[in-house]
Amino acid sequence: MAGIVGYGAYIPRKRITAQEIARQWGKDPATIEQGLLLKEKSVPGLDEDTVTIAVAAGRVALQRAGIDPQKVGALYIGSESHPYAVKPSGTIVVEALGIGPRVHVADMEFACKAGTEAMFVALGLVESGRVEYAMGIGADTSQGAPNDALEFSASAGGAAYLFGRADPLAEVLETFSYTTDTPDFWRREGRFYPRHGGRFTGEPAYFKHVLAATRGILEKSGLKPQDFAFAVFHMPNGKFPLAAGKTLGFTKRQLETGWLVPTMGNTYSGSSPTGLAAVLDVAAAGDLILITSFGSGAGSDSFVLKATPRLAERRRLGATVRAMLDGKRRYLTYGQYASYREKIILND
Amino acid sequence: MPSPRYWREVPARFRLEAVRCRGCGKVVYPARRVCPGCRGTDLEPLALSRSGTVVTSTVIHVAPAEFAMETPYAVAIVETPEGARLMAQVVDCELPEVKPGLKVNLEFRLIRQEGHGGILCYGHKAVPEA
Ligand SMILES: [Zn+2]
Repeated sequence: MAGIVGYGAYIPRKRITAQEIARQWGKDPATIEQGLLLKEKSVPGLDEDTVTIAVAAGRVALQRAGIDPQKVGALYIGSESHPYAVKPSGTIVVEALGIGPRVHVADMEFACKAGTEAMFVALGLVESGRVEYAMGIGADTSQGAPNDALEFSASAGGAAYLFGRADPLAEVLETFSYTTDTPDFWRREGRFYPRHGGRFTGEPAYFKHVLAATRGILEKSGLKPQDFAFAVFHMPNGKFPLAAGKTLGFTKRQLETGWLVPTMGNTYSGSSPTGLAAVLDVAAAGDLILITSFGSGAGSDSFVLKATPRLAERRRLGATVRAMLDGKRRYLTYGQYASYREKIILND
Repeated sequence: MPSPRYWREVPARFRLEAVRCRGCGKVVYPARRVCPGCRGTDLEPLALSRSGTVVTSTVIHVAPAEFAMETPYAVAIVETPEGARLMAQVVDCELPEVKPGLKVNLEFRLIRQEGHGGILCYGHKAVPEA
């Protein structure tokens, strides 16, 4: 059965606290910390982007898989912050990972769902036998407009998944996708920052799709919430994934390992994939894992995975997500943050 | 226009591809066709480890225009376990910690942009070991 043969994640080491952003705009930090359950978020350096995050995560995925990169026949990167408007991020990433040139590469986009979209396609190609190994990556360095609610959450990071049929660390038992036309969040070509429908992003967008995809995969697989050791839902803020999990009948205990958003922020295409990486960092053989992404526009992808005995020995070959979140960090002032995010514009 | 040169250097910049001289054992980075140690021409390819030790370093306070937003920043000569030496910017660090003997990992980063409309040039930078 096809599954994940290697995985890796990367989170930049710079942070800004919700308190510091609130101070800049004269907002009450308590409403952010307690209302949205956001404490701090990762910030990319001037030299970090979707490509560098994808390479860092992809290298660890290859390391954990222990396979020859030349055997990877397809690589897809989902992001809403590809560094070029025209020129695929994937071309740079395969070159850095030592994959190809005999490889199929594409960049994908679907707001925050692009990462699981890349994983879905990579898995399908492996299952069909078209390629031996395929990598799906979700990575982003997302931007929120200054003084917008999104500024408290939009952060940077990502995860890479290598799929194959031999010796998986986790088998993929089932997938399910749910997509409709819902204009909850968008960015028109040439605009700096995205726009969103405020409260409209909740019920008709996030909850409708996350709940429908999760209910769909439970029905298709014949599993119940209590069968799972872990569940990960896309994390636009701290509150939404916990509320979705509760509605579906999952407990806080099943959710907390993959619930990284309070100190990571929303890494968009990297969000639920990085949550899954944190789960794989600790899952035991036989554990069932559920992941449901969400991308505005709107849609959700769900996967049911089962950890194998091989996971414990292979995960040691890379850093854990928790180590990256709780390890060495550098805290920025709003001024430093504005310059790192190129919100301070200079003449040529 | 530097783009063709950057493109030719991709194997060295992206994958740290070097060569080892079969005659005298010297590791040469970036790869060359003639060994600078013994002038031998029998060289085998070798990918450098993505780690190393700072040999010497300096802090740049007055930078070329394209790096002006990054000052002050550290630049170091890093020696890999294979014995190759390369110059790299040191990032995600406190400047006083960048001293000879510092253990670093080499991470894939954006090195420079060819102006606002030009290509993005990637390569490796040194980051202190956690
Ligand atoms: Zn020689």
